[in-house]
Amino acid sequence: MSTQIEQQETETEEQEAEPEVESPGDRRRAAKRQRLQEEEAQRVAEEETLDDEETVHLKVFRYDPEVEGKQEPRFDDFTVPYHKGMTVLDALIYARDRYDSSLTFRHSCRQAVCGSDALFVNGRQRLGCKTQLSDLEDPVRIEPLPHQEVVKDLVVDMEHFYDQMEAVEPFFDPDELPEDDLEEQRQTRENRETVKMSTRCIWCGACMSSCNIAAGDNEYLGPAAINKAYRFAMDEREGEQRKQERLRIIEQEHGVWRCQTQFSCTEVCPKDIPLTEHIQALKRESVKNNLKFW
Amino acid sequence: MSQSYNRGTVEDFGRWREFTAGMWAWIFHKFTGWVLVGYLFTHIAVLSTAINVDPAAAQSSADIYTNTIAGLESLLVVRFLEVGLLAVAVFHILNGIRLLMVDLGVGLESQDKSFYASLVLTGAIVVASVPTFLGGKLV
Repeated sequence: MSTQIEQQETETEEQEAEPEVESPGDRRRAAKRQRLQEEEAQRVAEEETLDDEETVHLKVFRYDPEVEGKQEPRFDDFTVPYHKGMTVLDALIYARDRYDSSLTFRHSCRQAVCGSDALFVNGRQRLGCKTQLSDLEDPVRIEPLPHQEVVKDLVVDMEHFYDQMEAVEPFFDPDELPEDDLEEQRQTRENRETVKMSTRCIWCGACMSSCNIAAGDNEYLGPAAINKAYRFAMDEREGEQRKQERLRIIEQEHGVWRCQTQFSCTEVCPKDIPLTEHIQALKRESVKNNLKFW
Repeated sequence: MSQSYNRGTVEDFGRWREFTAGMWAWIFHKFTGWVLVGYLFTHIAVLSTAINVDPAAAQSSADIYTNTIAGLESLLVVRFLEVGLLAVAVFHILNGIRLLMVDLGVGLESQDKSFYASLVLTGAIVVASVPTFLGGKLV
């Protein structure tokens, strides 16, 4: 950045020296021309600095239990050139490719579909590929998701999360199938709207990591798993027997009733799923299910 | 999860910089709840030691109950504590209504606004109550 600005200054000095011998009118026109040139040069220089030289300061959590001398958790600093539209994931990829190939993190699709790169960025769970650096304060602090075991650097062990997701039996099991094998199993538009948001889940684990209750209670199903249960329990095509079974799972002690409506999961969800709303709906559903007086 | 592995200082609670409305509401609700429980027991303790009412003494407002209350009211600290108790109770009531709405599934998308509203309303009621609690003459 500094070299470019110096060049700029020497150029304008040279141009200033030239029109000294001209008539006043020439001098005025020359001054005007020069002013325009200066403004143009300044604009170009500014754009160049924006394109190439603006940098972002990353503080990245590092930890590697397998290498001696890296077993102590610490933060590494990376200075990465910024470009417009750069995401946290882009910056991490740059740092890994240019500075330190041992920097480890998960990523795959880079467009908020695969759910691999949920990270704890500046004190909050975010999806790396969906978070613009321009939205963050410098320095950008990147850490692995809290409340999960760190495997290495930014990679956390998701096994427990996947166990909880599978505990609610997240699959479709209707009572009756259409007679024709090729026929679609139709759903009303209203019902589709009910479950629409819950189908968006990408299993990134941000909600589970943000949840205080899940942090203190390993058996709690967690927002994502309950959302998964909601997706099937609220689907009108779901079989009655499977629905009862699923409700039995979620209304247990460590099921929906652990939720204390702190709304942390809803706040951090990168797909904007109203998780708390779904958990509350399942609470009502399980109460209704058990309070049958008729 | 949290029990199985200790990340040392990086797992420190201070890393959580972005507490949102729902979390603050939860913390305040727990806090005010415990304060109200504490007050309940203090209240029972104070009144149960002040109920030997002698009708004759009560007539001349010199019985133990009147003396106890008057004694407490003469302390400036108690006056301030009363304002605090009102603040705590009002917030707990308003946030309780908010939580009722959340449980019924009404307006969950504006839960943060209702939290701020209950804070503002609590503040207004407490300010309005100050003349009543602090205005009387200290005996």
